[in-house]
Amino acid sequence: MITLRPRCLLGQRFPVQKTMAIEQDEIEKIAALARIRIEPAQVGQVTRRITEILRMVDQLQAVDTSDIEPMANPLDATALLRADEVTEVNRREAFQAIAPAVENGLYLVPKVIE
Amino acid sequence: MYDKTVAQLSAGLQAGQFSSVELTRSFLARIAALDGVYNSFISVAGEQALAAAAAADERIAAGTAGPLTGIPLAHKDIFCTDGLRTSCGSRMLDNFVPPYDATLISRFKRDGAVTLGKTNMDEFAMGSSNESSYYGAARNPWDTGAVPGGSSGGSAAAVAALLAPAATGTDTGGSIRQPAAFCGITGLKPTYGRVSRLGMVAFASSLDQAGPMAHTAEDCAWLLNSMAGHDPRDATSAPRAGEDYRAGLEDSLKGLRIGLPREYFGDGLDAATGACIQQALRELEALGATLVEVSLPHSHLTIPTYYVIAPAEASTNLSRYDGVRYGYRCDNPSDLLDLYTRTREEGFGEEVKRRILVGTYALSAGYYDAYYKKAQQIRRLIKQDFMDCFAQVDLLAGPTTPGPAFPLGAKTDDPVAMYLEDIYTLAVNLAGLPGMSVPAGMVEGKPVGMQLIGQHFGEARLLNVGHRFQQATDWHLRRPANLAVEVA
Amino acid sequence: MQWETVIGLEVHLQLATRSKIFSGSPTTFGAEPNTQASAVDLAMPGMLPVLNAEAVRYAVMFGLGIGAEIGRRSVFDRKNYFYPDLPKGYQISQFEAPIVGRGSFEIQLEDGSTRSIGITRAHLEEDAGKSLHEDFHGQTGIDLNRAGTPLLEIVSEPDLRSAAEAVAYLKALHSLVTYLGISDGNMAEGSMRCDINLSLRPAGSDTLGTRAEIKNVNSFRFVEKAIRHEIDRQADILEDGGQVVQETRLYDADLDETRSMRSKEVANDYRYFPEPDLLPVVIDEAFIEEIRAGLPELPVEKRHRFIAQYGLSAYDANVLADSRDLADYFEAVAAACGDAKIAANWVQVELLGQLNRSELALAECPVAATQLGGLIARILDDSISGKIAKQVFEAMWQGEGSADDIIAARGLRQVSDSGALESMVDQVIAASAAQVEQYLAADPDRRKKLVGFFVGQVMKLSKGQANPQMVNELLAKKLV
Repeated sequence: MITLRPRCLLGQRFPVQKTMAIEQDEIEKIAALARIRIEPAQVGQVTRRITEILRMVDQLQAVDTSDIEPMANPLDATALLRADEVTEVNRREAFQAIAPAVENGLYLVPKVIE
Repeated sequence: MYDKTVAQLSAGLQAGQFSSVELTRSFLARIAALDGVYNSFISVAGEQALAAAAAADERIAAGTAGPLTGIPLAHKDIFCTDGLRTSCGSRMLDNFVPPYDATLISRFKRDGAVTLGKTNMDEFAMGSSNESSYYGAARNPWDTGAVPGGSSGGSAAAVAALLAPAATGTDTGGSIRQPAAFCGITGLKPTYGRVSRLGMVAFASSLDQAGPMAHTAEDCAWLLNSMAGHDPRDATSAPRAGEDYRAGLEDSLKGLRIGLPREYFGDGLDAATGACIQQALRELEALGATLVEVSLPHSHLTIPTYYVIAPAEASTNLSRYDGVRYGYRCDNPSDLLDLYTRTREEGFGEEVKRRILVGTYALSAGYYDAYYKKAQQIRRLIKQDFMDCFAQVDLLAGPTTPGPAFPLGAKTDDPVAMYLEDIYTLAVNLAGLPGMSVPAGMVEGKPVGMQLIGQHFGEARLLNVGHRFQQATDWHLRRPANLAVEVA
Repeated sequence: MQWETVIGLEVHLQLATRSKIFSGSPTTFGAEPNTQASAVDLAMPGMLPVLNAEAVRYAVMFGLGIGAEIGRRSVFDRKNYFYPDLPKGYQISQFEAPIVGRGSFEIQLEDGSTRSIGITRAHLEEDAGKSLHEDFHGQTGIDLNRAGTPLLEIVSEPDLRSAAEAVAYLKALHSLVTYLGISDGNMAEGSMRCDINLSLRPAGSDTLGTRAEIKNVNSFRFVEKAIRHEIDRQADILEDGGQVVQETRLYDADLDETRSMRSKEVANDYRYFPEPDLLPVVIDEAFIEEIRAGLPELPVEKRHRFIAQYGLSAYDANVLADSRDLADYFEAVAAACGDAKIAANWVQVELLGQLNRSELALAECPVAATQLGGLIARILDDSISGKIAKQVFEAMWQGEGSADDIIAARGLRQVSDSGALESMVDQVIAASAAQVEQYLAADPDRRKKLVGFFVGQVMKLSKGQANPQMVNELLAKKLV
């Protein structure tokens, strides 16, 4: 049996290296972008919690990554392509049976103004 | 009948000791009688399960059965099941009955397995305790005041409570391994791309992977045989055929080199849990393995890296839930924007909304390079750490979690504390590696798990080590109290 | 002040694949709403995209067609925004690593001069569905049949200087993609849609002015009108000392004006990032060479060859090389008759004229190239005159058979028998004493005009079948 030198991973609560404190109006902007309504009374608490998460995440800023290729796929695999064949059949009835609002085969949404 | 492994049940079915209908009925009866306590199922298949069992019995009688024919299984409610509600633990999909099967479900159907029902989970698999489920948290059968772990908590609880002999889960940052550890069962997260993601509701596309959860490593091998293999309808599915994961289970561990990442044995690890892991490692040594200390120097960056990449991918994966084509739609939207924003406000729970906002922020103009791109670069460093280890050792071992299951509600008000629960499991997903948790001891009457981390596509080796370990130990045979209820 | 117009075009080209870019749904135009929208196209939970190999092939063909660099490792990205015709809430597109890099191609202007226009890039992406704004109880209907149709977005450099150049560019592009067979180029069905980026700057200036983007202009004519209108609008603003606002405008064909799309002015943040459901597309040399070897002769090459090989004018070469069908037809006619210049003339004037009047496409033409070639051959061997040939062509169009059949059946063969012609000439001279007198009194220049009368009379007598050249020669001999 070998003895392991302890090294702390959990003891610290992520010291803040560079605070990217997010402001309440920024949360409102992000929520608008994500199309999520936040109850006005909740905005403060949501902002606080997200700030905490971002503080934790801000540890990344301390790492020099200038020469490192970003990794989008863990296997660095490349694409296999599909042959150009029609493989799907019309299943409109099944798909629209679970839709909130349809008429004449169309999905309905509140009027879109261009 | 209900406290048997898949391998034993399969033998019983083939030998005609009981039928699949009888077996299925017995599990359905247990679910009806006991799941009020555990809340491990969101939907129970009932008649559909019995019909599938009857069809399986015919296959067995006709001699065309495979190993899993007639075996009842529980599936995490993240896999789309044709004609059976797939909620993903969310109000958003509470009314969603897919008109199609996930590839994983089709494969089990092809092999004659029976779907008992759909198990509870953290909403959209975002959580480590099952407490973010719209349907309320599942309970840990070892201590109903404790969490079963998450996100595949329902699957782990159902197997631990003997409501299903085995189940499926998904693992984006530990969601199979952590609940398996907390509930005293065996869970395997395969290599990214090993199991098709088609029809599995997406959380974080580059991290999500489905896998088996069962009492034993051997059962996991049986299930993985059905699940694994290339799926041309998932572009990220690995273009290699499945293999027989049962074939190498008995292989000797002599000469096996196991690396112990020193970062996984530090201060954050609960002392009693650490002692259990040390004991388990001695067992592996006794089986012929050599233990080698190794290092994963970027481990301290795992959580921040994960909590950029996973929310970023999730934030856009969840954009499709807009109240237009399926799922929840708010009442009387005044205009299009109101339809979107209220549907998503009301349909998503707090944790899901929080992660969507974090992810949206990380991808937004001006922050992309500082967050998302940076995280993708560090992700490469984290993977490279593992590759460096595998130059010296065959696999890695350590704790699955920092400690045993924590009490319900203990961390719900502190998201960051909850995120820290996944400290030992997240890196495996970032690197796309296979990881497994096997029961390795008890702390305060609750199980703890040992995590084994393999090389890419090294599932067979992990299952082999898990199986040999289980032949030498009995942790996987322990059962919570009060389960031995025979239901008529 | 003199203003210079600077235009760059973004063309969205629907590729002519059988199935969609990321799903196995058909791409047929005009199907019943949502009958060609599969679970993938509808962004059902758990559905995943898989890239269509043919779309990649078509994009590479285009890239080679404009001499561009092919992206050896191209990456798909998600472009995130919410819109009901975009089911996933993101469009799969290409941002940082497009499949086609910088290239250029030659366009020809009305005056026959040519210009080289730069292509910045071309990338693959998926089309969106359609919003139907007819009233469904105050709601909008969404049809997702088009969602997932493969698009190649072709972005030009700001190299165009006028509406005419922009149209010439689009026509050349249309010609190129239909030659390659990668798109049907049907603008009426939206197969080729155009966004116009336009700015003005003082003539001689090197810096670009503030531009406006005009979205979704769907015919050559509308492109021309939209540009002319936008030039006037911006010039008016600048002349008044104002500033052009950078914005997106919509061309309204009914009112012939562009107007601001205020609804889209909300700042968009597309949050591009690499699509994790798709892996990078790696294209190797062998694949490129295989495609290169299979490329047809392209319009520019064909135009140059027509000039060199057949001695055609730049204008004629441009018209005839415009579409592959027409070029093939012309070459078949030329081969059948042996005289490319006359063939070029007949194809452009008679054939295209008749097709136009009948509103037929070349594919529907009732006269085969060999038939037309046979007709021209009869002109060349003096069997019939050009004038008679037009009658024969009419008959051919009506399906009366080959030139020889029609000439024989209608007795249209030209009279070249000198005895018969001489007697007709004599007859005309005898009957036209006054005209003969006038002719003989005239100077040589005026005689050339007056001789036409006698030729006309002989032709009338011969029912148009007299060989005009021989008639001229006989008259010259006799009118002395």
